[in-house]
Amino acid sequence: MSFSSRSESDRILKWRHFKSAAFRVICNVSTWVGIVVLILMMIGVFQKAIGSLDWAFLTRFDSYDPKRTGVFAGLWGCFWLMLFTGLLGIPVSVAAAIYLEEYSKKGWLTQIIQMNISNLAGVPSIVYGILGLTIFVRYLQLGSGVLSGALTMAILIMPIIIIASQEALRSVPQSLRHASLALGATKWQTIWYQVLPASVPGIMTGVILALSRAIGETAPLIVVGAAIYISQTPGRSESPTELITDPSKIADVPSSGFTVLPLQIYNYSTTAKLAFRNEAAAAIVVLLVLLLIMNGVAIFIRNHFQKKLKW
Amino acid sequence: MSEVTPQSLNVKFSFLRLRERIIFLGLFGCALISIAVTSAIVYILLKESVIGSAESPSFFQQQSVWDFLTGTKWAPQLGAGNVGVLPLLMATIVITGIAAAISLPLGLASAIYLSEYSSPRVRSVLKPMLELLAGIPTVVYGYFALVFVTPYVLDPVFEKWLHFEVEHFNALSAGIVVGLMIIPMVSSLSEDVLRAVPRGLREAGLALGATRYDVSTKIVVPAALSGILASFLLAISRALGETMAVTLAAGITPNLSANPFRGMETMTAYIVEASKSDATRGSIEYQSIYAVGLLLFIITFLLNILSQYILSRFREVYN
Repeated sequence: MSFSSRSESDRILKWRHFKSAAFRVICNVSTWVGIVVLILMMIGVFQKAIGSLDWAFLTRFDSYDPKRTGVFAGLWGCFWLMLFTGLLGIPVSVAAAIYLEEYSKKGWLTQIIQMNISNLAGVPSIVYGILGLTIFVRYLQLGSGVLSGALTMAILIMPIIIIASQEALRSVPQSLRHASLALGATKWQTIWYQVLPASVPGIMTGVILALSRAIGETAPLIVVGAAIYISQTPGRSESPTELITDPSKIADVPSSGFTVLPLQIYNYSTTAKLAFRNEAAAAIVVLLVLLLIMNGVAIFIRNHFQKKLKW
Repeated sequence: MSEVTPQSLNVKFSFLRLRERIIFLGLFGCALISIAVTSAIVYILLKESVIGSAESPSFFQQQSVWDFLTGTKWAPQLGAGNVGVLPLLMATIVITGIAAAISLPLGLASAIYLSEYSSPRVRSVLKPMLELLAGIPTVVYGYFALVFVTPYVLDPVFEKWLHFEVEHFNALSAGIVVGLMIIPMVSSLSEDVLRAVPRGLREAGLALGATRYDVSTKIVVPAALSGILASFLLAISRALGETMAVTLAAGITPNLSANPFRGMETMTAYIVEASKSDATRGSIEYQSIYAVGLLLFIITFLLNILSQYILSRFREVYN
């Protein structure tokens, strides 16, 4: 290829560099679109929420009057649901991850389990709702209470925790295991005293991400039958001190009907009274603050544990 | 401490061996739970929609699969023969299409920016911010569509300016927010595959005088094409299964229409709506939840499997 003149080759070169620069700008802007929308969304929601958000909003039950409604039941519902979801879902998921990373041998069964877990991670949450409704509410007759909701949520977050824990376990160097085994520790002693402590930051991060996913999920809980309007908290325990002074109430929690924050948001948004939209915004702010706290804890745990461990 | 004898050591080690065995079985059992969950999902969906029982016939025993898939009227409360899934399927496709039109180009472009252009420092700031988008609960996106996107964006642009008739509940606002929601997913999955393309390919291109644009669009993206496709499929499958945002934004009126300014009911929105009403067990209305669930499960399952297959092939090429 020859150029008739120097100026023409300069022109072509300039055009190519211009194209490259323009492409860079396009890609950069595309990255910012999502972030800008996120910021706009937050500003909009906060603006709507500002008039309704006060302490009373956090300590009142649902009401048909938008001025007197609150998220008390939703907050307690979230607390109990997360507690039971965590208790039911975390040990089993971490155990499954340990089996897959530390014990399983390469073979068809392991491959099927692994593929199955990736697939479960892609199943729409509403399908888990149908599963919970059919198995826990209809077949096992557990009722539409906290327990059914928590079991459904525990199944929903299992694949997320398993995948995160597997990655955390995989990142622990083999030399650590070899050293422990060489000193005469059994396989389980090696896992329990060496591998698990070293992978806690990764596992905890996965767990908290999974729980934040669960706290925002609404669809499966609606299908399972979480209450739309409810004016009592699970087990009727209405303050943290009551859990200590009157622990018998905790026994009633699993079978109590409940609602959660995202469900209240959905409910407020679909009500015919438009004034409820401000209450929905206020509930969104509460939910986002809750998520922020959980993620803050995740970051804190990760940093706290990572400092001690260096290879 | 008691005296150590061969017998005491033997007892101790048998105990340890037994404990190891029990722990192994326990962990194995936990891993099998995932299989049990999948089997349970498949079983209950098939039980109500295909298998049925002697006293209560299943959904597809009362209405043919063909009528279900090609029927244009969704009225399960009227009983068998009136349950055609096309209105729901169409709504799901329209909304997923809009979401894909938004998220696939934006997600891919941001993946190219993050992997080819940005410095590690910029990337370490932008990426977590983008991932915040994925962490926002979907019901918040639904609220955003209903309270902000429709009245402040769609009404002024499409109704006042272009004179379309924009309904209060509409597919476009739902598609837009679902699209925004899955940008981070496309972006982070695509970025992973772009970064897996060996450096040598880029350097060869740059050494031959190619610009960054040439390298990105003519070398890196084609080399990672199959992986990018896999990430697109995963994102689409996620959009298909999205529930709360579309229920809030697109409404709950079954409506066979491709007009994005109208309200329509997706498959997921129907499941939410129907499970809220107390349909008696064994009725067509009750079973239709399972039939729709089964269809949704099959579609997303196929997309996920296909995407995993493509990804594993992609990894084989570069790792």
